[in-house]
Amino acid sequence: MTTDLHNPDRRGFLKCMTWAGSAMVWTVAGGIPRSHVIGQAEAAETGFSFAQVSDSHLGFDKPVNANVAGTFQEALGHVTSMADKPAFLIHTGDITHLSTAEQFDTGAQLLTATKLQTYTVPGEHDILEDNGKSYLNRYGKGTHGDGWYSFNAQGVHFIGLVNVVNLQGNGLGDLGNAQLEWLEKDVKGLPSSTPIVVFAHVPLWIVYQDWGWGTKDGGQALSYLKRFGSVTVLNGHIHQVMQKIEGQVAFHTARSTAFPQGVPGVAKGPGPYPVPAGELKNFLGTARISLVSTKSPLAIVDTPLAG
Amino acid sequence: MKTLRSLLNGRRDLLQSRAVRSGLLLACLLLPAIARSDDSAQLKIDNFKFGPEKLTITKGTQVTWTNQDDIPHSIVLNALGVRSKALDTDKTFSYQFDKAGTFAYICGLHPFMHGQVVVK
Repeated sequence: MTTDLHNPDRRGFLKCMTWAGSAMVWTVAGGIPRSHVIGQAEAAETGFSFAQVSDSHLGFDKPVNANVAGTFQEALGHVTSMADKPAFLIHTGDITHLSTAEQFDTGAQLLTATKLQTYTVPGEHDILEDNGKSYLNRYGKGTHGDGWYSFNAQGVHFIGLVNVVNLQGNGLGDLGNAQLEWLEKDVKGLPSSTPIVVFAHVPLWIVYQDWGWGTKDGGQALSYLKRFGSVTVLNGHIHQVMQKIEGQVAFHTARSTAFPQGVPGVAKGPGPYPVPAGELKNFLGTARISLVSTKSPLAIVDTPLAG
Repeated sequence: MKTLRSLLNGRRDLLQSRAVRSGLLLACLLLPAIARSDDSAQLKIDNFKFGPEKLTITKGTQVTWTNQDDIPHSIVLNALGVRSKALDTDKTFSYQFDKAGTFAYICGLHPFMHGQVVVK
C-alpha cells in the first residue's frame, strides 16, 4: 500500500476509510464520520449546492426498518428545510425495493412534495419488472439507452450513468459499450476546466469485489474524464459513506434513507445490517454537495437523519 | 456373571447404535446430494449464498429455491435461458431439469452469488 496520501491506490482504499489528507477531513460525532473540505464548507453555504439521497427502497418492510417511507420523507424534510435550499435533488437509485407501481407511486409522491427538481438513475431494485420499463416510463424521458443522460447547471456538467443492467457472473456493475461511447462523445467538446459530477447507483470504482461493490468498466468511463480538473463521483448501493480521492477525482458513496448494510471485511454478508433500537437514524441520511470556486473537488457534507 | 452379561449387552448396544449412527450419517451425506428422478429437491438462499452451492440430481427432478434473506434474490440459469422474478423473503421459484448436464446459475441482483446444478 502506498503511503502517499494524495494518491492512495485502489487496493489500499479500504484501509484508508479513515484517511485524512489533502483538504478532506473526517470528524466523528456520535460514531458517525462526517466529511467536509477544510475551511470551505462555510464558504460554500452561500454558493450553489445540490443534495443527494439514495437507496430509499420503498416497499422494504423488514424489522431493520419497517417504515422506509417515513425515513425517506424525513430525509427529504432535512433537505427542504435547509436555510440555503439546494438547487435540486439527485437520487442515486433503488428508489423502490421491488419495482412495483405502488412503490414508484410513493416515491413520486414524496419527491414531488419537495418541489425540487429531481434527477435519478436506476438501481437494480428499480428495474426488476418489464426489463426496466416501469422505471423508464417514469424517469426515462429525454434519456438515452437504459436511462443515461447529462445536463448542465451553474457551469457544472452532470452525468447520470446506468450500471445495473446486464449484471453478469463477475458480480460487478456494468456500463457497456453503447453507454461508454456515448460518454466519450458527451464530454468531448467540454473545456477541461468544466467541473464534472458523475452519478450512478453502483460505485464506479471497486469498493469490495467479493460483494460486487464496483463497476467492471468504471475505469474506462473515468479515463474519458482524466483531463478535467475537478471530477466528483457520487454513488449509492452500499448504504454507507465511503470516500477516497484519486488525483483530481473524488469518489463518494451516500448513506441509504432506508437501512444500513454491513461493512466489508467485518459483516458476514452485504445484507441489511441490524442496529440497536433507537440508533437507526444515525445510519441513514443525506448528502449535500456544494460547488466551491477552487481547483479542489466539490465539498460534500454527509448528514445522518439523527444528530 | 451379571456384570459380564451387562457388559456384553452394553457392547452390543454400542455396536448397534454405532451402526445406526453411521447409517444415519451416510443417509445425511447422500440424501441432499442425490435426489431420485421422481423427487423434488430443495435449495435455500441464506446470507447471499445458495445452499448447497452444488446440487446433484437425476433427470426430471424439480428444484425449488427458497429465499430466506431479508433482501430479494433471483435465479438466472443463463445456459437454459431461465430467469426467475425477484423473490422477496420466503418466496420460492421452481424449475424442472429434464436435460442432463452441469448448469451454473447466478442471482440476477447479486451476480457474485454462484450455484451449480448437476443433472445425471
